[in-house]
Amino acid sequence: MKQVLIDYTLHLADNSLILGQRNAEWCGHGPVLEQDIAITNISLDLIGQARNFYQYAATLIGNDATEDSLAYLRKEEEFKNCLLVEQPKGDWAQTILRQFFFSQYQYLLFQQLQNSKDKQLAAIAEKSLKEVTYHLRWSSEWVIRLGDGTEESHNRMLKAIDELWKYTGELFSSTSYELQVASDESGVDTSKLREAWMNKVKEVFSEATLTIPGKTLMQTGGKEGKHSKHLGNIFTELQYMQKTYPGCDW
Amino acid sequence: MNNYLRKFYYGDIPEDKAGGNIVSSEAKSDWPLWEVFIRSKQGLDHKHVGSLHAADAQMAMENARDVYTRRMEGVSLWVVESKYIHASNPEEAGELFEPAADKIYRHPTFYDLPEEVNQM
Repeated sequence: MKQVLIDYTLHLADNSLILGQRNAEWCGHGPVLEQDIAITNISLDLIGQARNFYQYAATLIGNDATEDSLAYLRKEEEFKNCLLVEQPKGDWAQTILRQFFFSQYQYLLFQQLQNSKDKQLAAIAEKSLKEVTYHLRWSSEWVIRLGDGTEESHNRMLKAIDELWKYTGELFSSTSYELQVASDESGVDTSKLREAWMNKVKEVFSEATLTIPGKTLMQTGGKEGKHSKHLGNIFTELQYMQKTYPGCDW
Repeated sequence: MNNYLRKFYYGDIPEDKAGGNIVSSEAKSDWPLWEVFIRSKQGLDHKHVGSLHAADAQMAMENARDVYTRRMEGVSLWVVESKYIHASNPEEAGELFEPAADKIYRHPTFYDLPEEVNQM
């Protein structure tokens, strides 16, 4: 059971770390100053969540594991983040849409997870939920602004949907470690969140004059370590220092 | 006649004299300027802290939250579109404010306060 809990905690941590890293690519490149700050705030919130989960995973693993060793020294196939978060940041529409999909997912997930029998996971979920509530509000509003904006912003949203929709299925296809922690009431079976997520996405999309795609072949595997080439690209930046100068410190 | 209601705000700085070109001129002209006020604690006043660009009030509120309250600066926010603020004319500062300079008797400093009253 302990290994399952470790896997699950790492999965939660990896999701937040990788999306935090992706959003950080906007730092200094946001479309306007205010949104540059907004997206990097979100990035820092996500990296903060990742730290909490990694610290907890490190205590579960024991030995010499630390939050840093888990973030910087694990290999690509050991990462359990979903494919959605590792996709390139794309244009502003793609970043916004991905954030909206993910924040809506995290919002539902953490609402459940704060009732976890695992006190530590429950506490992290409770603390993160306030941040996620804001991420959801901010990203929902931007989906509406862009979708129901100009012809160009609308078209870019259509392109973003086309690009990202195929990665949304994985959020709700539970892995064996998710099912096991759910049966123990320490984690959440995400397949049960799908309907609520879909309803909320429909609501925001209809206000944004966007439509949900029809049946789509969903890409999965990230949660079990089978990643797209994009994760490797993230690693060349994220893990560069520790790989080049092992053990380097501030 | 002097135009007392002429407006003076940050957005009046001409583009060619503005500093680093962080925001594209297109975005600058698309999104109006807003002034941000923060109440730092319950019971205190909202104080002006700066300005930002936003498309509407809701975006202004979120931008204000993201730009000005990241270090626990406040518990409440006001945003108001800068064009609704009327400012005094800096060229008239002399006639408006200098006459108060030699009237120190208007300050309540000519009597002794009991020690218990330490917050005046």
